[in-house]
Order: sequence, then C-alpha cells, then structure tokens
Amino acid sequence: MFNMLLADVSSILRLDLWYALPIIAAVSLVYAATRHEDMRSIWAHAGRVALWIAGFMFAVFVLLELLDWLSGR
Amino acid sequence: MPDNIKQSESQTIELKDPAMAGFLAWLIPGLGHFYQGRRAKAGLFFVCILGLFAFGLVLSSSHKANTNGEGKIGYGRAVYFSWKQGDRTWGYLCQVCVGLPALPALVQANRMSHQKKVWFGGFMAPPRPDQCRDDNKNQPTLHDLHRVLNRRFDLGWVFTTIAGLLNVLAIYDACCGPVLVVHDGKKEKEKDDDKKS
Repeated sequence: MFNMLLADVSSILRLDLWYALPIIAAVSLVYAATRHEDMRSIWAHAGRVALWIAGFMFAVFVLLELLDWLSGR
Repeated sequence: MPDNIKQSESQTIELKDPAMAGFLAWLIPGLGHFYQGRRAKAGLFFVCILGLFAFGLVLSSSHKANTNGEGKIGYGRAVYFSWKQGDRTWGYLCQVCVGLPALPALVQANRMSHQKKVWFGGFMAPPRPDQCRDDNKNQPTLHDLHRVLNRRFDLGWVFTTIAGLLNVLAIYDACCGPVLVVHDGKKEKEKDDDKKS
C-alpha cells in the first residue's frame, strides 16, 4: 500500500503542470509591479492575480473533466 | 510625457529621461528602473523576467548527442532566429524583447547563413539544414531538437517567449510609470458625502 502511495506521489510530481508555477508567479509579480510602486501593494496584488489565474485554470480543468465524463457516458 | 508622476500624496516617481529608461529596460530587464532609482522594482523585474528566460534556456539544453550520433544538442536551443521557408521563428519577435540576453541568436543566425562555424557549441544557433556540408554539419537539425528534447523544447520556447512579453510591460512601466488604479466613482462620491456631513 505504501508503494502504491509512493507511486501516486511520484506520478503527481512528474506532471508537466508544475511548470506552470514559475510562469504564474512571474506573470503575477510583473503585472502587479506595473500597477503599483510600493512593494507591499505589489505582493498583495500579485497574490490575488496568482489566485485568479490558478482558479481559472482549475475551472477549465473541471469543465474539461466534465465534458470528458459526459462524452464517455 | 511627464518626467514626474505623483502616485499618492506621499510618493513622487521621478522618471528622469523616459526614452533612456525604456531603452535600458529593454536592454536588460530592470536596468531602466535601476537608472530611475526604483531599485526594488528593478530587482523584481530582473529576477522574474531573466529568471523565466534562463529557465527556458536550461529546459531547451542537453548534452545528449544528435540522432545521427555526431555532435551534441547544445544549450539554449529554444531561442534562435530563422527566416527560412518552413521555419520562420515569429516567436523570436517576442523573445528579442528580453534584450541583450536574446541577441546572440542574431549573431549565430548570421554566422550559419554565411556557412561559418557557430560559436559556443551552438548556443542559440538555428538548427542546421538537412543537407549541410560546411563547418556546421555536426549541429542538430530541427528534427533532432524535437526528438531529443521532446516537450522540453516547446516548454523552453514558452518560458522564453513569455519572458519577452513580460519585459514589454516592464519597458512601458519604465517609460510611463505604473498604470494607476482608478477608484470606483461611487466610493469617491461617498467619501465626499461623508466629508460634507
């Protein structure tokens, strides 16, 4: 059972989706930096933008999974 | 274009020479802001944009041999300039927005087009044509790059292209200052009403 858990964890770690993290971070920070001058405001805005992007990606993922499920019925 | 921008009651941003700041921001991400004394943002742009670009270069690098066993894949293969039929790198127009770090690709493309040996093992060099008998015959073809690097070639292209596009925002920020957040008109009116009462 532990081997199965390890296999699941390693397969999740090998997902290409992790490559999105540095892109989301950089895009959020640069975008926020073009809206503010104060670093605290930049970090706060960057956090909100990053959550928006991740949330949007998750919503698209849910939609695609739903379409896949519906097409498989 | 104003040389100073007043963002709030306590902060005035001195843009100095916006054209020079914009040029420096293109040349090296963050340098324009450093020139203006906006050191924190300079550091942020430098780390984010160049970090993304460097990661893209690393992803598209390999010490593995080409498919024919001669020569190696090399480094920074996702960034190259080519205008040949069937391999027009429109994406380079975005990558070149990073500035100096992307310019070696132009030098390498020029050398390859004149049948001269590319430098540094093919760093940012375009893939060689299939029928190549000059000093660059050990360079990888486009087929070699896709076969050996697989999806890392495309990922490297995505990272470096996004870095270039982000630097366009940074250049604008250096020339014109931050895009000011517009407050909601209703909230402004409520504040005025509160002040009157």
